[in-house]
Amino acid sequence: MGCVNGALNCNNVSNNSSSRSRVETVSPAKNKSSRISHNLSLSSILTNNNPVQQPSSTSKMNTRDLKSSSELDLDRPNPEDYLPTGSIPEPHPKLRLSDLLDISLALTEAAGAIVDDSFTRCFKSNPPEPWNWNVYLFPLWCCGVVIRYGILFPVRVLVLTIGWIIFLSCYIPVHFLLKGNEKLRKKLERCLVELICSFFVASWTGVVKYHGPRPSRRPHQVFVANHTSMIDFIILEQMTAFAVIMQKHPGWVGLLQSTILESVGCIWFNRTESKDREIVAKKLRAHVQGADNNPLLIFPEGTCVNNHYTVMFKKGAFELGCTVCPIAIKYNKIFVDAFWNSRKQSFSMHLLQLMTSWAVVCDVWYLEPQTLRPGETPIEFAERVRDIIAARAGLKKVPWDGYLKYSRPSPKFTERK
Amino acid sequence: MGNTSSLLTQYDIEEVQQYCNHTFSQQEIVALYGRFCQLDRNGGGFVSADEFMSLPEFAVNPLSKRLLRMVNGLNFKEFVGFLSNFSPRASLQQKIEFIFKIYDVDCHGRVTFDNMLDIMRDLTGQYISEQQRQQVLTLVLEDAGYTKDSSLVLSDFMKILGNSGLKMEVEIPVD
Repeated sequence: MGCVNGALNCNNVSNNSSSRSRVETVSPAKNKSSRISHNLSLSSILTNNNPVQQPSSTSKMNTRDLKSSSELDLDRPNPEDYLPTGSIPEPHPKLRLSDLLDISLALTEAAGAIVDDSFTRCFKSNPPEPWNWNVYLFPLWCCGVVIRYGILFPVRVLVLTIGWIIFLSCYIPVHFLLKGNEKLRKKLERCLVELICSFFVASWTGVVKYHGPRPSRRPHQVFVANHTSMIDFIILEQMTAFAVIMQKHPGWVGLLQSTILESVGCIWFNRTESKDREIVAKKLRAHVQGADNNPLLIFPEGTCVNNHYTVMFKKGAFELGCTVCPIAIKYNKIFVDAFWNSRKQSFSMHLLQLMTSWAVVCDVWYLEPQTLRPGETPIEFAERVRDIIAARAGLKKVPWDGYLKYSRPSPKFTERK
Repeated sequence: MGNTSSLLTQYDIEEVQQYCNHTFSQQEIVALYGRFCQLDRNGGGFVSADEFMSLPEFAVNPLSKRLLRMVNGLNFKEFVGFLSNFSPRASLQQKIEFIFKIYDVDCHGRVTFDNMLDIMRDLTGQYISEQQRQQVLTLVLEDAGYTKDSSLVLSDFMKILGNSGLKMEVEIPVD
């Protein structure tokens, strides 16, 4: 159960053991709902250390709850205890009509969700407060705008154009002429991609501070990072040429994806196709086996989040049986909010916004590689890595699946509630 | 949220406050307006069922469908009126009346055995069988002095829930 509503205490999770044991055994056909059910069992594991309890102890706990405040799980009293089956040994106070009629808990949760829900908060873009309301501040701000749009922007566009010219003039020959010599070609292409990304970063005056040891090129390792915008990829790519897995985009971005990024070994997927997942999983596995491939970078959140929160990580990256190296990225909002709200603006507009602001300041931390501990499921592993990244970057965790941006939670999730 | 409050004048705030019997402070009403505008993505002046269901926390609630019927298409004033049932300043009577309205879907002024069974079903789902549900409800009703065929009115609800220490409060986040 999502326990993020501030009005409720996280520890008061439903203690209906029968429902929880059924959560463990039900295996829904759809991968998505299984993910949600896993997330659900995970949050219950996180909040309550006794996932499976004996029915007798549950009824004991239930009766204690019945006696205490009605904020606890009274809308789900355990009627099985009350039925005259004779199998329940302990006596317990009777279920009263008031307990049965009292649906205040469920109603409070629903109203709480209407008033403020943690999921929407993840995707709220907070623009920096305007400071130009004063007689002397306003002209200053106007000067700033003139400089930004009139001087900085053209300079940046120029820098970017020069960068593209250099890149293309080197890339095209290398790509076509060195077809025989694979190793050299790959090396040069890697350097060139790193170069063009540096140009990109320079074009928004990116002030990026890298902490920690640079990624090494070893097989059987996967890099994961939190996701705020597509520029995450560019910032990371500047330092090391990664092979990234991304959503196929339309427009000029898609063109770039199919031509240049293909050479670094990027993998595409389509969020809307469900069968796509198996194909992609296979490709991922093949990629990490290859010693010569670029290290693989995955954004397990699956969607852009506003850099104050992290949503649930998808377990795909953690099931590959490799070492997982977490990377934490935190943007400083002082000049511009780097969060790409894909519902509100297109990528081109987003880039334009970045190029007309003073600077993009961010920190990148390369964290200690983690491996799957014995007895740990991939989901627990994903949560552990999410903890590490969130702690490093100062982000709050939220137990929702990022894909809920695009669709509704499966009814199975409601059933479990 | 900063720029939406400029569309709400002092008169509007007072009118809404009057409508909800002063269960919310003016600050809370401004905060709720920000939230309303956030939920009302297409700017129609009301929040549709679809927009409510896009909140995962709301969508997974077992009573979401019933609430949706009550809350669909409300304008801001009615929205605040709906939420005023959850204010800490609302009387216990108001809250019990609200719960009664949730049960009494046909607005007959009476809650029947079937009404109560429906809500039980929403909350317990497939974890207990229909027969067990009916058994439990009958037993509990008889215990409280009613029969399976009796229908409860508002005063019955007041009597039953009045002393149970009902707590149904939601805090409005005010910046």
